[in-house]
Amino acid sequence: MKSIEELRAIKERNKGDVVSRNEKGVPTVNVHMGTCGIAAGAREVLTAVMDEVKTRNLDQIHIVQSGCPGMCINEPMLTVTIPGEKPYVYIKVTPENAKSIVLRHLINKQPVQEWLLNLDK
Amino acid sequence: MDFYRAHVLICAGTGCSSMESRLLRQNMHEEILKRGLDKEIKVIETGCFGFCNMGPIMVVYPEGTFYCQVQPSDAAQIVEEHLVKGRPVERLLYQHEKESTDTVEMENIEFFKHQKRVALENCGRINPENIEEYIAQDGYFALAQCVNEMKPEEVIDVIKKSGLRGRGGAGFPTGMKWSFAAPVQADQKYVVCNADEGDPGAFMDRSVLEGDPHSVLEAMAIAGYAIGASQGYIYVRAEYPIAVERLKIAIKQAREYGLLGKNIFESGFDFDVDIRLGAGAFVCGEETALLASTEGRRGEPRPRPPFPAVSGLFGKPTVINNVETLANIPKIIRNGWEWFAAMGTEKSKGTKVFALAGKINNIGLIEIPMGTSLRTIIYDIGGGIPKGKKFKAAQTGGPSGGCLTESHLDIPIDYENLTAAGSMMGSGGLIVMDEDTCMVDIARFFLEFTQEESCGKCPPCRIGTKRMLEILDKITSGNGTPEDLTNLETLAETIKDASLCALGQTAPNPVLSTLKHFRHEYEAHIYDKKCPAGVCQALLSYKIDARKCKGCSLCARNCPTEAISGKIKEPYIIDQAKCIKCGECMNRCKFGAVIKE
Ligand SMILES: Cc1cc2nc3c(=O)[nH]c(=O)nc-3n(C[C@H](O)[C@H](O)[C@H](O)COP(=O)(O)O)c2cc1C
Ligand code: SF4
Ligand code: SF4
Ligand code: FES
Ligand code: FES
Repeated sequence: MKSIEELRAIKERNKGDVVSRNEKGVPTVNVHMGTCGIAAGAREVLTAVMDEVKTRNLDQIHIVQSGCPGMCINEPMLTVTIPGEKPYVYIKVTPENAKSIVLRHLINKQPVQEWLLNLDK
Repeated sequence: MDFYRAHVLICAGTGCSSMESRLLRQNMHEEILKRGLDKEIKVIETGCFGFCNMGPIMVVYPEGTFYCQVQPSDAAQIVEEHLVKGRPVERLLYQHEKESTDTVEMENIEFFKHQKRVALENCGRINPENIEEYIAQDGYFALAQCVNEMKPEEVIDVIKKSGLRGRGGAGFPTGMKWSFAAPVQADQKYVVCNADEGDPGAFMDRSVLEGDPHSVLEAMAIAGYAIGASQGYIYVRAEYPIAVERLKIAIKQAREYGLLGKNIFESGFDFDVDIRLGAGAFVCGEETALLASTEGRRGEPRPRPPFPAVSGLFGKPTVINNVETLANIPKIIRNGWEWFAAMGTEKSKGTKVFALAGKINNIGLIEIPMGTSLRTIIYDIGGGIPKGKKFKAAQTGGPSGGCLTESHLDIPIDYENLTAAGSMMGSGGLIVMDEDTCMVDIARFFLEFTQEESCGKCPPCRIGTKRMLEILDKITSGNGTPEDLTNLETLAETIKDASLCALGQTAPNPVLSTLKHFRHEYEAHIYDKKCPAGVCQALLSYKIDARKCKGCSLCARNCPTEAISGKIKEPYIIDQAKCIKCGECMNRCKFGAVIKE
């Protein structure tokens, strides 16, 4: 070890690894993985979200899954929660949509209106 | 960067390892691999969470779901339900909180809620066998800061101002200790880490070494820089195989990364660490005995002065610090002394780790800010006393300490208050006793320990403790006489005054403190020949309550000495001359007719 910069580089390289164990209040992507969700392709959506987070090196995002929200007709579904804001629920998500949601909603902070669940309908 | 959406942390501490956590880990790996999730989910072994009683422990991040008593056979369900479908496995969640929320997070559990983790911060959070995880948690940055930006005097000054005091027992201010060794001129100086941990029941040092070994290495290097030492030794008991193994790995990795060895951070500072194994004698935790043992001599204390800071290992200036003391050092350097000094009470800063044991629901390892009350520890963190029994006393300071009673429940726990209450901080053992505990028996237990562990150098300690133990044996077997109490007190005072080391000086404490707070129990043993708590065998007799006895003969048929006789459907009687007090009759009777008094 020669310098504090070298140490810092190691820290950066591994930060993502421990950050998920420390941080609270970071944006969360929740993929609903009930049986029907998985049948409708939730697994592929989850993989797409992970790929995107990985390529963009976003270590400040939590990816979690949860069970069936009871709206099988709209599966696969995904909820984005940014701390301090209300959760946004996306429906009939495809892997491609999922990638754009990461970019547009999580990075650019612009929810993708046309794919959101509209409770009035 | 590899990105994992979930991290599964499995405790690999001594407690959980003894409950098949290794097999659990292996099964988790297999299940994850089977479902092709190995690129998404990472399984990590960590150190002790302190909740060993509920082990094996597993925590799933990012949610922080806290699972307890996880069996190897639960792996498939956890992977299938939680990691694939996102549904926490309810039956493995921590019990008490089960109703309130469906995802139990660690910080919502009472046991963790009142804690403040400084020394134990990384335990149960990082993989202790991977130096990069330690670095990711800001590890070795304090060392970098010290050797690059601070003068040794400045380092000592920060530690002094933080108010950190030794966690090994005596509570001596750490910065002051360093400042004694720093100015001494010598061709070689040493830093020694005391990991002997002899107090029966205490296991905080083991947990730090198992869960966060690098914090100790980093702290030793900082101490080395501060006093001008280039070599460190860790004296650890051989009964801690997991700790020793992790330390070996940590030392190897630190050397590979150039964080130990020559010219650390190109500052010209050299420091290396080696391990010395102790055989587990209590007296070898005493600093001068420890140094003798490290040098390969017989582990016996010697008079001080000269203090080790002036003449220690191989006659060279040496700083000896306890594991937990050291674990605080890097955080103080990183966060500043003000941060540390803001925690705790006026003269006791920071936090203290306690090993909670005895009659308490949540047995485990806890870290609390100094000044927390015994009531919070016992009733909030500890979850109270099992079976709704009444609190009677708590022993702190292990065999050198004393007991606290109900009247002490609300005092803020710190060095001064514990001493004022007739006990001491010690290394942080905390044994809770309920109404069924006999205080004479407890005193006898601790004295038996010190008597056996006395190194034998001083007659008052060697012979005096033996005599005291004989008197206690006499009292608990029902042969006590009124003079016994005064004899105990006289012996105790002599041993305290005339012993060389703190083992002897403190050995009578448990007897003195129980005599002070529970004298009536001693008197009941001596005058009434009764053990009020119903513990001392010789003072008990088993009797059959004729009104409750249905005459079923069950007890008589199970008594190993055929001491019980009677006619069917009439009350049975126990022949006291034949009874060996095994209690079998009481266990068997379905009508509660057998009583113990
Ligand atoms: C009989 C006896 C046993 C001791 N055992 C330990 C021990 O196991 N671990 C420890 O750190 N200190 C132990 N000590 C205290 C050490 O002598 C010494 O005070 C301590 O290691 C200094 O480190 P600290 O200032 O960081 O607490 C013991 C002392 C005595 C008298
Ligand atoms: S007081 Fe006891 S343990 Fe300490 S040196 Fe004397 S004999 Fe040994
Ligand atoms: S077991 Fe109980 S009820 Fe039956 S004879 Fe013994 S004391 Fe009486
Ligand atoms: S050893 Fe696992 S929680 Fe203590
Ligand atoms: S022999 Fe009497 S109680 Fe066991």
